Amino acid sequence: MNLARLPVGGAAVVEAVTDGSPVSARLLDLGFVPGTEVRALRRAPLGDPTLYELRGAQLCLRRSEAERILVRALPERETP
Amino acid sequence: MSQALVADEGPGAPPLRLGLLGSPNSGKTTLFNALTGLRARVGNYPGVTVERREGEAEVDGRRLVVIDLPGTYSLDPISPDEAIVARLLAGQVAGVAPPDALVVTADACTLRRSLLFVGQVLRLGLPSCLVVTMTDELHARGGRLDSAALSAALGVPVVAVVGHRGLGLVELRRLIGHPESWSRPVLPPPGDAAARAGWADSVAARALVAPPQRDARTARIDRVVLHPLLGTLLFAAVMVIFFQLIFAWAEPAMNAIDAAVGAGQDGVRALLPAGLARDFLADGLLAGVGSVIVFLPQILILFAVLYLLEDVGYMARAAFVVDRVMGRIGLEGRAFVALLSSYACAVPGIMATRTIPSPRNRLVTILVAPLMTCSARLPVYALLIGAFVPARSVWGPVGLQGLVLLGLYLLGACAAVVAAAVLKRTLIRGEGLPFYLELPPYRVPPLRLLAHQVWGAASAFLRRAGTIILAVTVVLWVLLSFPRNAPPGGLSEGEAARWHVEQSIAGRIGHAIEPAIAPLGFDWKIGVGLVASLAAREVIVATLAQIYALADEDQGSLREALRADTDARTGARVFTPATVAALLVFFVFALQCMSTLAVMRRETNSWRWPAFAFGYLLALAYTASFATHRLVTWLGS
Repeated sequence: MNLARLPVGGAAVVEAVTDGSPVSARLLDLGFVPGTEVRALRRAPLGDPTLYELRGAQLCLRRSEAERILVRALPERETP
Repeated sequence: MSQALVADEGPGAPPLRLGLLGSPNSGKTTLFNALTGLRARVGNYPGVTVERREGEAEVDGRRLVVIDLPGTYSLDPISPDEAIVARLLAGQVAGVAPPDALVVTADACTLRRSLLFVGQVLRLGLPSCLVVTMTDELHARGGRLDSAALSAALGVPVVAVVGHRGLGLVELRRLIGHPESWSRPVLPPPGDAAARAGWADSVAARALVAPPQRDARTARIDRVVLHPLLGTLLFAAVMVIFFQLIFAWAEPAMNAIDAAVGAGQDGVRALLPAGLARDFLADGLLAGVGSVIVFLPQILILFAVLYLLEDVGYMARAAFVVDRVMGRIGLEGRAFVALLSSYACAVPGIMATRTIPSPRNRLVTILVAPLMTCSARLPVYALLIGAFVPARSVWGPVGLQGLVLLGLYLLGACAAVVAAAVLKRTLIRGEGLPFYLELPPYRVPPLRLLAHQVWGAASAFLRRAGTIILAVTVVLWVLLSFPRNAPPGGLSEGEAARWHVEQSIAGRIGHAIEPAIAPLGFDWKIGVGLVASLAAREVIVATLAQIYALADEDQGSLREALRADTDARTGARVFTPATVAALLVFFVFALQCMSTLAVMRRETNSWRWPAFAFGYLLALAYTASFATHRLVTWLGS
């Protein structure tokens, strides 16, 4: 599935970033590389963009960008 | 301009050039200020809107030039503005020597992410050193960093610095003076993004003795600030206060400046004998200086609040909350603040676009900002509405005059939305940049940094835009005061003033453009007012008062004069409902403000965009005005 469909509170592992466009290259440089764990923290009040946590930083992406990132959802975990 | 930034080749060896690189929020600006003090020189790189900052430092008698490169997450450019960094590092920017060595900043708390960028920098092969910032924050969050292990893993020198407290700066200063002795990596980090991420993880694993816990304070605050309801209310409250600050709180200071300039003018008139020198000093030069510094209260307040919100970490949150709305018209969250500021004045509004990371979005925001109803339009609206719109109630306390005023505000805002959407789809198209926005942890900004930033913005305004505003004010004074013929005898003081305006260059321009503005219902007197209002929109009120030979600028008598004015040939009223409506609409759209043009020139680094903005807004104003005149005439018949 793509990252935009990850529910808030859920975690996932990046599998791939679609196509080789400059936008995708930038997403890779921002840390959305295969194997990276991403958590969806919040959605903005109007439903877009969404705040993600990855590599110790918090980053917002709009739906259009998040849809380019393919992820595998991780099973629900108890947050410590 | 660009020559002025090239370091003076003084006696001795040429200065060592250090490039300062880092991601946004990595403490790069704090470090730049700590290294160079107040001696930063600000300009633009040729052809792009990217700000260029260089500062000087001295280490062990060796002169250093520190080049503050734009904050970025990647060296792989996807826009012309980002490409400037790559071109500069390769020595391909005309007139700018490439750096001899690089200093990279990385936030200790987001080391795993920051190292992705550090890896890209190390691949350049230039002598490099890493400055790890925010180590105090790392410790507070239970993390620990082994700088020596990080240095060994990277192969370059590493210094931990807490910029605003000055910790580590002595060590850093000693280091940057001698890049020739810096260690170099044995192997460059991998070029492929995924492989580089693996490399970054292994480096971080060796350097971070204990990784930081999640920032509990930030998480706590964000539960309120990013809450769907509370966050939206807070956003609205912050924006209202922000608007109030630049709209209302700046006013006493602006009035004081006006009064001081007025007192200065009176002083000049009292001291000097009547004549050209006196008029020039009082009405040309002093008025010009006044029209520059009158912006300072707004600019100082705006930037103090803006940089405070930015440095605390709220601006990114506000952008997050409002991004969806701005995204609809092709802009981004931060444009909201700039457009809101433009309700007070487009000059600080356009300067506020500096917080917009995407240069394309920034340009669109700059081009539509003059459509927001600024406070200088208010005196014009007040005069015309007061004179020609009946003060009757429409519904309870809601009066017709207030509704017309509200309509004018809404018309401007709607026009800005439409113009932004159109510009984004036509002229300023191009490869879509991805939208991404980092939410930094909340931080208490050091006051010194804040003062630096505010002073930097104000002095840049004074030097770059202020000089243009001053020059144009003087030119407009010349247009309105020459030729200086003696009026025919027997005229009263007021009639003589009117006679002077009519035979002045501006008066002749008013007559000359009369055929062009006649379709809008405007006569030469309004034409002169339009020319004079280039100095500032509200100047048309004073000019009309002068033309109608009024001794003072009393609004009541000017309203009467406007209502009573008739065409000398036909005897018809000059200010028909159609003409008044057309004039109001003209002021909604037209960019009648050379201060805005000057500040656009300063922020976009060319006359191309101010010229374009002036042109498209004039065309819009003329068309809308003409249509309004026709419509109201037709409705009235």
